[in-house]
Amino acid sequence: MNSQIVTSATTNPNPQESRARATSKSRPLFDGPIVKTAILSSLRKLDPRHQIRNPVMFVVEVGSVFTTALFVQSLLGKGEAKPAFILGVSIWLWFTVVFANFAEAMAEGRGKAQADSLRKGRQDTPAKKLRGPTRDGGTVSIPSNDLRKGDVVLVEAGDQIPVDGEVVVGAASVDESAITGESAPVIRESGGDRSAVTGGTRVLSDWLVVRITANPGETFLDRMISMVEGAKRQKTPNEIALDILLAGLTIIFLLATATLLPYSVFSVEAVGKGLPVTITVLVALLVCLIPTTIGGLLSAIGIAGMDRMIQANVIAMSGRAVEAAGDVDVLLLDKTGTITLGNRQASAFLPASGVDPKTLADAAQLASLADETPEGRSVVVLAKEKYQIRERDLASLKATFVPFTAQTRMSGVDHDGREVRKGAADSIQAYVKAKGGAFPADVRAIVERVSKEGGTPLVVAEGATVLGVIQLKDIVKGGIKERFAEMRRMGIKTVMITGDNPLTAAAIAAEAGVDDYLAEATPEAKLALIREYQAGGRLVAMTGDGTNDAPALAQADVAVAMNTGTQAAKEAGNMVDLDSNPTKLIEVVEIGKQMLMTRGSLTTFSIANDIAKYFAIIPAAFATTYPVLDRLNVMRLTSPSSAILSAVIFNALIIIALIPLALRGVRYTPVGAGALLRRNLLVYGLGGIVVPFVGIKLIDVLLTLAHFV
Amino acid sequence: MTANATAQIVFYFAILLALTKPLGLFMANVYEGKRTFLSPVLGRVERLFYRAAGVKVDDEMTFAGYAGAMLLFNFVGFVVVYALQRFQATLPLNPQALAGATPDLAFNTAVSFATNTNWQSYGGESTMSYATQMLGLTVQNFVSCATGMACVIALIRGITRKSTPNLGSFWVDLTRSTLYVLVPLSLVVALLLVSQGVVQTFHGYTTSALLQPTVDGDGKPVVDQLLALGPAASQIAIKQLGTNGGGFFNSNSAHPFENPTPISNFVQLLSILMIPAALCYTFGKMVGDTRQGWAILATMTIILVPLVCACAYFEQQGNPGFAAHGVDQVASALQAGGNMEGKETRFGIANSALWAGATTAASNGSVNAMHDSFTPLGGLVPLFLIQTGEVVFGGAGSGLYGMIVYAIISVFIAGLMVGRTPEYLGKKIEAFEMKMASLVILIPASAVLLGTATALLVQAGKSTIFNPGTHGFSEALYAFSSAANNNGSAFGGLGANSPFWNTSLGIAMFMGRYPLAIAALAIGASLAKKKLVPAGAGTLPTHGPLFVGMLVGVVLIVGALTFIPALALGPIVEHLLLNS
Repeated sequence: MNSQIVTSATTNPNPQESRARATSKSRPLFDGPIVKTAILSSLRKLDPRHQIRNPVMFVVEVGSVFTTALFVQSLLGKGEAKPAFILGVSIWLWFTVVFANFAEAMAEGRGKAQADSLRKGRQDTPAKKLRGPTRDGGTVSIPSNDLRKGDVVLVEAGDQIPVDGEVVVGAASVDESAITGESAPVIRESGGDRSAVTGGTRVLSDWLVVRITANPGETFLDRMISMVEGAKRQKTPNEIALDILLAGLTIIFLLATATLLPYSVFSVEAVGKGLPVTITVLVALLVCLIPTTIGGLLSAIGIAGMDRMIQANVIAMSGRAVEAAGDVDVLLLDKTGTITLGNRQASAFLPASGVDPKTLADAAQLASLADETPEGRSVVVLAKEKYQIRERDLASLKATFVPFTAQTRMSGVDHDGREVRKGAADSIQAYVKAKGGAFPADVRAIVERVSKEGGTPLVVAEGATVLGVIQLKDIVKGGIKERFAEMRRMGIKTVMITGDNPLTAAAIAAEAGVDDYLAEATPEAKLALIREYQAGGRLVAMTGDGTNDAPALAQADVAVAMNTGTQAAKEAGNMVDLDSNPTKLIEVVEIGKQMLMTRGSLTTFSIANDIAKYFAIIPAAFATTYPVLDRLNVMRLTSPSSAILSAVIFNALIIIALIPLALRGVRYTPVGAGALLRRNLLVYGLGGIVVPFVGIKLIDVLLTLAHFV
Repeated sequence: MTANATAQIVFYFAILLALTKPLGLFMANVYEGKRTFLSPVLGRVERLFYRAAGVKVDDEMTFAGYAGAMLLFNFVGFVVVYALQRFQATLPLNPQALAGATPDLAFNTAVSFATNTNWQSYGGESTMSYATQMLGLTVQNFVSCATGMACVIALIRGITRKSTPNLGSFWVDLTRSTLYVLVPLSLVVALLLVSQGVVQTFHGYTTSALLQPTVDGDGKPVVDQLLALGPAASQIAIKQLGTNGGGFFNSNSAHPFENPTPISNFVQLLSILMIPAALCYTFGKMVGDTRQGWAILATMTIILVPLVCACAYFEQQGNPGFAAHGVDQVASALQAGGNMEGKETRFGIANSALWAGATTAASNGSVNAMHDSFTPLGGLVPLFLIQTGEVVFGGAGSGLYGMIVYAIISVFIAGLMVGRTPEYLGKKIEAFEMKMASLVILIPASAVLLGTATALLVQAGKSTIFNPGTHGFSEALYAFSSAANNNGSAFGGLGANSPFWNTSLGIAMFMGRYPLAIAALAIGASLAKKKLVPAGAGTLPTHGPLFVGMLVGVVLIVGALTFIPALALGPIVEHLLLNS
């Protein structure tokens, strides 16, 4: 009974359903209260100590301060240009910084909101601390915040589990809906693979003695919250590499614009007319050229990635792990519960020669009526489906149930003088021999064939006569083959891990459509397999829940532990799936890939934008010395100052416009790297060239209409 | 562009690409220590060198060892060239009794020839003795080029190896580059050039009587002419093959004794791009996938061919200033047409444009026409090709390692766009590689921009810019672009033999060479230490047209974004003014 509840909570055979749930949990992009907090926070983030973390935006802030000073100077009558123009540029530079901060604050806000909703209901209730790891040690009531690692607490029906921990004694049903959203209670008990409990969940019946495994501030929830807070967030390796490239580009543009001043001075001297380019224009040009779009959205993309993980009910221990998920080459999956349903089921009745199949089915059904195991139930179901043999009531038949024992290794019924038995071939052979019968050779052949095909043969006998064989088969989950095909298109190889013999494993592997399998797997063999793949340069992901999975989880590059699993497994992994759905890894991989794709695409977009900005600003900047450069003003912008202002405004607004994309991520489709690059280059490369021409022109028209310039 | 020009350009690239595979394959065998058809003769010489120098072939070097040996070797070369120039008056092989060079000129020239730039602030025939030319400059022509080739081979080894700190032996790579590749090829090219009439002699300059006596500026009669001679062919062969470019005579390959006939012109043109092109194939061969090499070569060719055509087109358009005076500049049976100022009539527009493109694509820098006299947009082509960082073919070795760095940057951006930690040829590209790659782009760009700015700010710089306005600006920009990217060609119009220009350009040449070579070696060492990631369905292929297109885009856009403002104030505005 217990195991069935757990099964229903752990497996989610229908991927669509789990996705639907993930999206139903997501909130609208611009949620009122989050926006309000984000606006305030984006002003607070103007603090240079915060800004310096992002070199690109720091340059913009310095530029804003600079132009503000130039504006003040112009008010005093010594300005290099009209105060209104300098003010316009200056304001929009400040906006650029604020918009970037706003993007980061929005991402943080959404992540926090997600975390808060998980944290909700987890009040600081007093915990019952035990003096020793037994229930009758006597309890002291202390605030759960004061609990430390290693403390032991008693949790009884109706109590909340104060902090993450491991069950030491007892078994209880626990409502974990606060974390997983799954309403069916799950069983948590000491010993086995279901011993981990999460803070914030509630015990519904019975009691547990729990050893606390996390200090305050170190629980899953806490880690998750810190992951979505920009200031505490660790940059991921790819993010650092991209930061370096962006800083390099920023320095190049800094030099390209700064040296324009001497070039311009020389040109003015040489031509003998006009004025050198103004500092305001140079700062405006610099800000337009440096990759502010990606620079401003970079941290928002990272935070939003973590946020999407949380929405998918996965807690990642680090951003590095999420990023690594995008690179996974090989995925190791446990057979049972992941690829197949937890239990074997009857799939065919194979009669001995001269026996009517219906007779076999009838006997098999009779023998299984009292057998409440899933296997037994499946025999009854199959008999009904195939031969319309209706279910009978044992009590009204006055039949006696013969239960399975370790000695006989058979079960069955005695009814009306009939003795029907089912069991493994050896046991039945011994049974019929004892009754004076013989084990027919054709049944032996059937038994061997069934084993070879990956099934389990159960032989049915009535008295001394062997009637035939029930074929039990692993049932591969619906839709799993399609998911593996999707992984293959993503470039991920799937490997099934099973304790079955190689024949059985091969048969199931073929049916489920995995690329490879490891049969008769031991923990050592799993570990060795992971190391072998890693030595070949591949990145290995695996999911696991048992304590014996822990070494392999620790070795794997991306290790998703099931929330229903043991504490050891959860600590060895670098992600925890609250839904305990092993195929969740596909979503994790997608989120990892999306994070990288969004960064790459916005970098391309940002750089491609520069072409249009050059066409807007260069003719304007040197208009007084070289009026002829106006022929490069292909957008026909109204005036030099409107051109420069339009470019700066576009540069600021594009950040706001791209916030939704940064938060949602660029869409990933498993079509192969070449096709993906072609699509993204077309959208973000070519789009990045075209969009600013249109945008800057539009802004210029509006500015002109409003007589701003 | 005329049909004749098109035919010449197509013919040139066809022959160049046909030579790529055999030479590239030969070089791959040389660097991998395999037996080649030259081994029976040169193998003994090679072993003799190693024994004399105490070098063991299998003694591999780490990054520090390789870079250290490279720097030490180049420093010694620098000192020798500097000393030879300073003391040439007291050394033999100086029939014209030329005086020692000034310290700033000697510094500039020594850096220039050590860094494979071959910028010349001097006129060869009037400044350098035969001893300086042969023992200093010609030797550097070989070894500075071999240094670049060695560095790129070390980088390629880093890509192909896994989990090792070793990059190979600098001494072995240097020796093999010189002995098996440069010396035999130079021998062949030199003989071809001599057959066309390029001079090769130890005799002093000769005097010949003029057929048409004339008068000089002061009205004195001039009846004879002093003809500069010397061992030119041997130096010219390696000057072209080694992407050096330093002319034996001041007017370089426009000089009739350096480049007398269309055939000598074609041989030299071919020599300019031959090794950089073939190295692409060597690269593909060594990484075990020749498609990778062809992809790089395709990238280079796709950038260069349209630019050469653009240059030929703009030159053929002629000078709008003449058009206003009713001068006929259209090509016809009777005239070549177009802008022939500064061009040799025996080469014409097509071969001048082709040469200008090839010499600035490769960091060669030799010229057969005066780039300064090109039309503004025609002159923009060589200037921009230099400013792409000399990665389109580029210097022998240095061009390829520069292009590999660009490939790494492209892979990084493209890799992110397909949602995978970027990898190139099975090696993950991470923060360290990006740091080094950024430096490779950043350093020459800053040297160009800051150098030009300095020259325009200080009187010592401004005073020797002889042309006014936009053209003067272009000349200064060209000088620093050429120096910092180790090209060595000059726009002219600049009095570069002054302490300011000699020193500042010398520094720019240094910055454009060694930090980049070290960064490339560092990338190689970092990649060598990494594991090899096998390619899968999620891996971005780096040999297809898509990646080639992306790489072309990155090279052009990085170059354009860095230099558009400066170019706008130089050739672009000059073009607009000329046509308004």
